[in-house]
Amino acid sequence: MLHIKCPHCGLRSQNEFSYGGDASVKRPELNKEVSDKDWDNFVYLRKSPIGKHLELWQHISGCRQWIKVERDTLTHEIFKTLKANEEV
Amino acid sequence: MSEKFRLDKGGLINRNKKISFKFNGKKYFGYEGDTLASALIANGVHLVGRSFKYHRPRGFFGAGVDEPYAIVQMNRNNEVDPNVRATEQELFEGLDAKSVNCWPNVDFDIGAINNFLGKFFPAGFYYKTFMWPKSFWYKVYEPIIRKAAGFGAASIKHDKEKYEHKYEYCDLLIIGSGPSGLASAYAAAQNGAKVILAEDKSRFGGSLLTSEVTIGNQSGHEWAEKIISELKSMPNVVVKNRSQVFGYYDHNMLVMSERISDHLPKTDKYNPKQRLWYIRAKEVVISSGSIERPLVFGNNDTPGVMLSSAAKEYLKIYGVLVGKKPLVFTNNDSGYETAIEFKKNGIDPIVLDTRKDPNSEIIKEAKDLNINIKNSYVVVAAKGYKKVNSADIAKISDDKKNINNIENIKCDCICVSGFWTPTIHLASQSGNKTKFNEEIDAFIPSQSKQKETTLGSANGVFTLEETLKTSFETGNKLSKQITNKENKVSVPTVVEKKYSNHDKFWCVPLPEGKNYKRFLDFQNDVAVSDIQLALREGYRSIEHVKRYTTLGMATDQGRTSNLNGLQLVSDIENKVVPQVGHTTFRPPYSPVSIGAIVGREIGKHSKPTRKSPMHYWHEKNNAVFVDAGVWLRPRYYKRGNENLFEASKREARNVRQNVGVCDVTTLGKIDIKGPDAAELLNRVYTNAWLKLPVGKARYGVMLREDGIVMDDGTTTRISENHYHMTTTTAQAANVLSHLEYYLQLVWPELNVNVVSSTEQWAGAAIAGPKSRDVLQKLFPDLDVSNKGLPFMGYMEGNLFGINAKIYRISFSGELAYEVNVESDNGNYMWEKIMEIGKEFNIQPYGTEALSTLRIEMGHVAGSELDGRTIPYDNSLEGLVSKKKDFIGKRSLSKTAYIAPDRQKVVGVVPLDKKTSIPEGSYIVKDAKAKLPNPKLGHVSASCWSVEYDNPFSLAIIKDGKNMIGQKLFAMSPLKNKTIPVEIVSSHYVDPKGERVRS
Ligand SMILES: [Zn+2]
Repeated sequence: MLHIKCPHCGLRSQNEFSYGGDASVKRPELNKEVSDKDWDNFVYLRKSPIGKHLELWQHISGCRQWIKVERDTLTHEIFKTLKANEEV
Repeated sequence: MSEKFRLDKGGLINRNKKISFKFNGKKYFGYEGDTLASALIANGVHLVGRSFKYHRPRGFFGAGVDEPYAIVQMNRNNEVDPNVRATEQELFEGLDAKSVNCWPNVDFDIGAINNFLGKFFPAGFYYKTFMWPKSFWYKVYEPIIRKAAGFGAASIKHDKEKYEHKYEYCDLLIIGSGPSGLASAYAAAQNGAKVILAEDKSRFGGSLLTSEVTIGNQSGHEWAEKIISELKSMPNVVVKNRSQVFGYYDHNMLVMSERISDHLPKTDKYNPKQRLWYIRAKEVVISSGSIERPLVFGNNDTPGVMLSSAAKEYLKIYGVLVGKKPLVFTNNDSGYETAIEFKKNGIDPIVLDTRKDPNSEIIKEAKDLNINIKNSYVVVAAKGYKKVNSADIAKISDDKKNINNIENIKCDCICVSGFWTPTIHLASQSGNKTKFNEEIDAFIPSQSKQKETTLGSANGVFTLEETLKTSFETGNKLSKQITNKENKVSVPTVVEKKYSNHDKFWCVPLPEGKNYKRFLDFQNDVAVSDIQLALREGYRSIEHVKRYTTLGMATDQGRTSNLNGLQLVSDIENKVVPQVGHTTFRPPYSPVSIGAIVGREIGKHSKPTRKSPMHYWHEKNNAVFVDAGVWLRPRYYKRGNENLFEASKREARNVRQNVGVCDVTTLGKIDIKGPDAAELLNRVYTNAWLKLPVGKARYGVMLREDGIVMDDGTTTRISENHYHMTTTTAQAANVLSHLEYYLQLVWPELNVNVVSSTEQWAGAAIAGPKSRDVLQKLFPDLDVSNKGLPFMGYMEGNLFGINAKIYRISFSGELAYEVNVESDNGNYMWEKIMEIGKEFNIQPYGTEALSTLRIEMGHVAGSELDGRTIPYDNSLEGLVSKKKDFIGKRSLSKTAYIAPDRQKVVGVVPLDKKTSIPEGSYIVKDAKAKLPNPKLGHVSASCWSVEYDNPFSLAIIKDGKNMIGQKLFAMSPLKNKTIPVEIVSSHYVDPKGERVRS
């Protein structure tokens, strides 16, 4: 079980969090023309990298904040955790 | 029966307390402090089971977790427990155990014929033999294999025992209470660190219990006792025996199974049987010790052949002789310790040492005791079927290739020592890159991945002096980093015997003309010949050899077999062991009971149960409940002998004719506040929200980004910047996370806050033509006329002294209101509604009637919004704004979503107006078409229409809009039904929606 440092609450066990996928995905802006390809990329296509991955987790049984976690998908090492509005 | 093999004195057992027990139905006696194994050996019982594949007789090989054979089935307090090691099971009064893997009994086992058919059971036998024909698998092969295979039989009864889980945090978790565990724990405890010391056996001390050493001015055993009692008295230390740390997981999370009651005749009233500890440790010290390695020779699985360390343990801890004419076969000095122990107790052992001319303190001691020592000697084969009665021994050449002068000597046990294998399982599980140490011919931990340190013999350090020194240092260093305190203790002086080098020799060659089985893996019956065959057949990777031969794959995880297997592979392949590499170690290190893993999360405790504030009223009024997610909801209220069908029809009919009331507390509720709340709703829902006036509700549908409907519900504008959203019961948590996601990550510029208020409000839906009459009497001061409170209107009122919120919304399709009050007042509200409603013939209705009402109205719900449908499929396209953008809108223009024959929800009526259509049935054009019969869609929900008194269903079918009026078939292969049906509009009742506005 991972030990994730919520930037708001501190170190907590993984079972307090829920996973939210790739944090680098940006939703296309509202009311803007989006090509089929770009939209498909946004909705469906995700990379599955070995190594460093910036991902979203929600501290669902804690402060309910969505946070960013930089994690190694192979070793599970967590390098950094950030608030929703922070960049790496 | 007398204990012929128990010494008159010695050992750590309590000789004042005699214990009676049964094994295979026969009664024996032992003492408090015995294991089942030691007590059986004391009684001369060496035959405990049959081997896995060949059903060869098997006895005891080890004295603890190292035991590969002696697995028994326990019957304790009327519960069976399969897969128990006799060497770990402590004796208690009335213990009842029996052998496994033999039929009809251990003395006469029919499966033993496999032994004589041995040449038909080589490596890969199952793969090769049971391939063909396919139909033979489940008819012929599988039943035979199932009958012949497996250890023990699990109970099919519910386990009455209790199991617990515990979460713990500590600075240092120390695994093993041998010299390195004790020293590191003691040093860390002195520095104020929070320490957990875990020992898998009942006694603390590890190797100090059996070794002849002096620490300070005490014996090793006395020193261990002193340290343990000091540690136990310290508030910052938790000391646990009978506790096996079996798994090392990510981020220094370890799991430990504590056997609290297994050593007792039955579990005490307020205790669990076992407790699983989830321990998050800042630092982990692995002091799990080492396990003696066997030597490989002919018939080395015969009962009476065992590890020399086990023989010593039976002597020193239990006062038990494993034999009276022992042969000690060794390639190192450890065998001599066992031989000396025998000699001291009046037994004359013979030592066969593979080495030509070894010299050390301990060998000198053995010589001084006149022990018969034969150098350059090996055991070629053990003789005897159910017990060793002699051994063929021989002189071995200096190059270890040839054996000469084979002679047979009498003996009743063979104690083998092939040097020591560090127990690196936990270090390896943690991700440690282990390395091969040439000096000890074994793998030891090297580069740590997590915060773990391995000490003592688990790290390949076999001298006590160095072990204690590094362990005190490490315990001090690791704890100092955490506590910033240092209270250094001095390392005591140690007296121990020096060892000479071991012989790099493990496998005795076969004498000419003999084909003795030489076992490597005793639990899975893997012999030298199996490995040779696998390599001949082209298997190279050790992982493949392992899977093909099953070497090291049994429940003992190859503790006694892995390294000898690797030595053999590297010999044949002409490689060095590190090139061959070891296989991966995975948790659990030792078997863990399913009960311990599950803990208290069984039956109704597997998830929380949520009850509405009106729950006890429902209970008192004969409600029959149904699980709705984690909620319990009344399904119907039983009157007399009614069944579900009759009761739900009565309740639904009463809503259509008079008035009903339904507990809708379970609906998800989200409070939304902020100046940008309207903008958020406008982006989340598919329809327009910017112009909703205060005091009005609106129905909305929200999508996922892929265009699939996520949820629906009504949201009401309570005041300028305050909205009250409702969601379906099932999606409440997901919708809240969804809103938080967009507010926190996508549109942080929106000034809105959302919070769940599901549990803050109790809700009652009052529905039916007479609902306004009830409402008027509940709120005499309010104007609840169609004009005063129109459809989708909202007002606040005072319900006999409590505040209430009134929403004119309808799920049943009738004139209806939902009244919400604070949860604590829920029951009060409910009772008032029932009291006032009496004169209007009000009846409570449950979820079954609720479904009936919504289905015949064609209102879509969870069975249609099933995570696979878009708004059009549910006839909700009218709610999709063409003007504004919203979540998921872009997806709705996908080709498949705008296909002209896109699926759509329709109504389905059986032609005979009698036969109910099972939910999940397929809709097909031709009932007699060849299989696979193309399906048009499926029936999503079925009810008995109370309006028309015939069955009615909703279905989602291809080209639904053009199917109205067609005669098709509903087929249910599950229920074996084919029903001719007509497709009608999904809005079966009141298609214009006049009633809700009346
Ligand atoms: Zn948090």
